[in-house]
Amino acid sequence: MIKIAVASGKGGTGKTFVATNIFHALLKNNCMAMLVDCDAEAPNAVAFFKTRELDSIEVTQLVPVINTSLCTFCGKCHEYCNYNAIFILPPAKIISVIEDLCHGCGACSVACRFDAITEKPVSLGRVNTYSNNGKPSLLEARMNVGVMSPVPVIKEAVKQIDGRSEIVILDSPPGTSCPFIHTVATADYVILVTEPTPFGLSDLRQSVETLKKIDKPCGVIINRAGLGNNGVQEYLTREAIPQLLEIPFKKEIAELYSVGKLVAETDEFFAKQLLAIVGTIASEYRNS
Amino acid sequence: MKVAITSTGNTLESKLDQRFGRCAFFTVYDTETKGLEFIPNPNKDVQEGAGPASVQLVASRNVGKIISGEFGIKIKPLLDSLKIQMIVLKEPEKSIQEIINMLNK
Repeated sequence: MIKIAVASGKGGTGKTFVATNIFHALLKNNCMAMLVDCDAEAPNAVAFFKTRELDSIEVTQLVPVINTSLCTFCGKCHEYCNYNAIFILPPAKIISVIEDLCHGCGACSVACRFDAITEKPVSLGRVNTYSNNGKPSLLEARMNVGVMSPVPVIKEAVKQIDGRSEIVILDSPPGTSCPFIHTVATADYVILVTEPTPFGLSDLRQSVETLKKIDKPCGVIINRAGLGNNGVQEYLTREAIPQLLEIPFKKEIAELYSVGKLVAETDEFFAKQLLAIVGTIASEYRNS
Repeated sequence: MKVAITSTGNTLESKLDQRFGRCAFFTVYDTETKGLEFIPNPNKDVQEGAGPASVQLVASRNVGKIISGEFGIKIKPLLDSLKIQMIVLKEPEKSIQEIINMLNK
């Protein structure tokens, strides 16, 4: 199996565009492929395929429930909490849990010597499994509106990956913070999608720096080539980062994408280019 | 009644701090005794939950009102249950002295 994450610092550069087209090309080539939509805040990869939902599991987190009749207002739980999720005013005998701040670490339960804290699960989101031609091939992490972090839902989606898959494509959330890191951390290789603009370059640079720190190999696809300037190319040459592909800035591509169609479905050459990239990555970085 | 005012410094000439949870100092002013106290905010640089932790701090001083430029969303239910009034003052140039004068009017 090889896991390839498709990521970018900047939003809207074409991560999902690249991930869905690669996935389509792989399926068409009879490869045991799986696409995992890790963009849990706004997953939309499923929209590009004719799918059937096979399974859906809820992702929960434990939060403390404080029994105020047993609580002595000693403040130990508040002291143990690293996230300020327990609000306590001992003189007024007020104690409450701010669930939005709770990370579910359980330290407060350990801290309480009066059995005043129990835990209850709260829903964070779901991991949905979809099939394409009967086989489970698409996983979607979808967090609930209002939940503070998509990370637990992303971690669960990654756990659900079918071990029989030959190639797994992870569609990463934008940015370079925790959701991105938890997605790429599981990958063997990262394809960074960027656009040749100062914005694209600035965020690409941040992504590359982050990947260097966690020791992940990466290559770059320049989307909307022809726009902007040569800054990205110059940066890639300077840093000796492989440029995997240039996707031209074309109205037809945007039109197809906007109606939920895949370019690789009609453009054989594009599909072949994507397969060649995946093939090269797989031969070099496949770990098992 | 005691009033908490978020302050950028610990003098009467200091300006109103526009942020509640991560302000530099809390000025606690008693409108009856005219007593005044500047408390450095220990939650200024915490990673998460500065708002609720700051509510805990000022509520333990029994304030009835808080004056600041902005309040975050997590503390509204807390302040409601504690019956502490939030006063939003979008005037970053006002000094603590000027705000106290407004309270005494």
